[in-house]
Amino acid sequence: MAEPLLELRNASLAFGGLKVVSDLDIEVAEREIVSVIGPNGAGKTTLFNLITGIYSPDEGEIFFEGRDLVGLPSHKISQLGIARTFQTLRLFLNMSVKENVMAACYGRTTAGVFRSMLRTPGMRREEREIERMAAEKLSFFGQRLMGYRWNQPAYSLSYANRRRLEIARAMATQPKLLLLDEPAAGMNPVETHEITELISQLREEGGYTILVIEHDMHVVEGISDRVIALDHGVKIAEGSFDAVATDPRVIEAYLGLRTAETK
Amino acid sequence: MSDTTPELPPGPDAPVTAPAIGRDEWVARHLERRLPPRLGFLEERVRRIPWWAWLTLFVGAACLLPVFSSSGYVRRIGFDTVLYMLLALGLNVVVGWGGLLDLGYVAFYGVGAYAYALLDSDHYGIHMWAVLSIPLIVVIGAIAGLLLGLPSRRLSGDYLAIVTLFFLQLFQTLATNGDQFLFGAGNVTGGANGLLRVDPLDFFGKELAVQHNGVFAIGYYFVGLAFFAVVFVALHFVNQSRTGRAWRSQREDPLAAEVMGMPVNWLKLMSFAFGAAVAALTGTLFASLNASVFPLTFYFVLLITVYTMVILGGQGSQAGVVLGAIIISVLLELLRDPGHARNLFYVLFGVGLMVAFRRSVRLPIVAAALIGFGFAAHAIAGAIRHSWVAGTAGGWVSSWVVVPAQLAAWVPPVAYIVLIACVLGLTLLRGWTRTVALVPVLYLATFVWENVMLVKPEPTRYIVIGIILVSLMILRPNGLLGEKRVEIV
Repeated sequence: MAEPLLELRNASLAFGGLKVVSDLDIEVAEREIVSVIGPNGAGKTTLFNLITGIYSPDEGEIFFEGRDLVGLPSHKISQLGIARTFQTLRLFLNMSVKENVMAACYGRTTAGVFRSMLRTPGMRREEREIERMAAEKLSFFGQRLMGYRWNQPAYSLSYANRRRLEIARAMATQPKLLLLDEPAAGMNPVETHEITELISQLREEGGYTILVIEHDMHVVEGISDRVIALDHGVKIAEGSFDAVATDPRVIEAYLGLRTAETK
Repeated sequence: MSDTTPELPPGPDAPVTAPAIGRDEWVARHLERRLPPRLGFLEERVRRIPWWAWLTLFVGAACLLPVFSSSGYVRRIGFDTVLYMLLALGLNVVVGWGGLLDLGYVAFYGVGAYAYALLDSDHYGIHMWAVLSIPLIVVIGAIAGLLLGLPSRRLSGDYLAIVTLFFLQLFQTLATNGDQFLFGAGNVTGGANGLLRVDPLDFFGKELAVQHNGVFAIGYYFVGLAFFAVVFVALHFVNQSRTGRAWRSQREDPLAAEVMGMPVNWLKLMSFAFGAAVAALTGTLFASLNASVFPLTFYFVLLITVYTMVILGGQGSQAGVVLGAIIISVLLELLRDPGHARNLFYVLFGVGLMVAFRRSVRLPIVAAALIGFGFAAHAIAGAIRHSWVAGTAGGWVSSWVVVPAQLAAWVPPVAYIVLIACVLGLTLLRGWTRTVALVPVLYLATFVWENVMLVKPEPTRYIVIGIILVSLMILRPNGLLGEKRVEIV
């Protein structure tokens, strides 16, 4: 295997006396789609928080393209090329749909305040580029976020559209690695199907590497090259969807010990 | 960068040709569902006027002030209003865009004023050209903003408010005691006596006199307006840039902003520095016109006034905070004079009734009953004892409101408290009982106004501003021009 894009080595994190993530080793190769599954409280979102620098691991290392991420502030990590969505949506609700996406271009643009005040030609060119980029990312979702929604405040969007806007916003930071935290949560079956297709399309067209947390097993089956199962912060299984889904330890984690024995 | 889509993306309004994903009938047919604008094409037209056209119109109209009034007093009020507009614009950066509750804001106004007074006065014998000292002071103000921001950048909400409030107190203490205890540096700030004989503004050494034939020199008004226009445009451009978007993003959700690549701490510092720089700039104008600075100018009353302007106008909206500044500044002046204050009171009284009843049939009934009640009460009081209605109220009011010639000392506080109790009691009533009870309470309000409040204009004007602010916040929590804001959805 070539050098992985993202690599966690022995990453551990405890909150007080509670080990949330312990000795986690994860590798994600370029252009791979990896799903992380596990029951509630397994440490999936904490894993994302570790990668994006919201938490620092107590022990272990996290490498992205060979660079150590531990100790870097979140905005630096974002500028290196890691973007995420949030399970509990965290949009900039009182800003327009367009501005939500444009704001996320911050790390990829350079115009300072004085250039902005004077509206220099370079700054205006950059603004046009940002707007073009926002249109490009939002048109990924067809008509859903375009047209008249373009200028509407984000709080006026439906739940599903907010999820889409979060993905568009994450794409606007121009990442290599996309971390999607439950992209299909709260969506109806048709929309869930659409998300499944969309994630594959993200890789085909955008060239992203994708790490996704998902509870909907149809989605996981549809998109994953590889599945990682977590329970109590420990990796309990890893491999193809079929291998992980039938792994007795995974069944035990989800359904309890006795069910696993009778299977 | 791994973008592999070379073809041009469609614009926001371009039709989507192959909607494999995101086919949305609701969006596609939204035009059919649209209601026509309420005021027809006019509303559309007004909406399409760009911001710079509004600004040009506004500044142009403001420039005509000296044409309409040659009174030095009115022109001076115009100048003070421009100062308030500048202060509100600066505070809007910190509070409206940065989302930082900075209660130390007016200290930067003081920093600017004191810095100008030290650089351009006999105090140290330095008389710097204003074209040099003003940019320097703006930089000093920005640095002061950064210094306050540094220890407080990790704080938010109440904690930040307390720390910045303490900063204001610190500034106040230093300015008041700066004549002796600044560690052997001698008399720096003039202490409570302030700094006097500050230079007027000059243009490359040519002084702009504060007074012209004993009247306020209108030149200062135009200088203020020019500063205002420049600051407005500069801040508008910043708001429309990546920095402005990042400011508002971190106001909405600092964690998400940080994860999306925005350095939140640095952005907060910048927002502090920008607000402080604008306040310091305003301070130079203030010091140069008044030719003196005193510590108590830069204290709570001013802080609350500027906050009122920003909140009344709508934080986050530049046009809004300017409007708020004009309203409050003009109101505070009008209320100083009992004659103006009386007119204003009855206008607000009528408007309030109309807003409360809208098109209900109760409006003419209450109005008629109130007028009748007034004349009846006046006649009865006059019949019992003539001195009860012998007071000097202005114009038609004197035959309607009971204004005794001599008021017993116990009447004002009792009337005042009874009025408040009655208003609170009204909120407990419903339906027609409330409408009926409203009439005597309203009459009591005019009695209190004429007999208690009007005779003491100084506290009254702040009470009136407070009542306006409270009522407006109930009707329009986002201020006059503020966008609707949602906290949690």
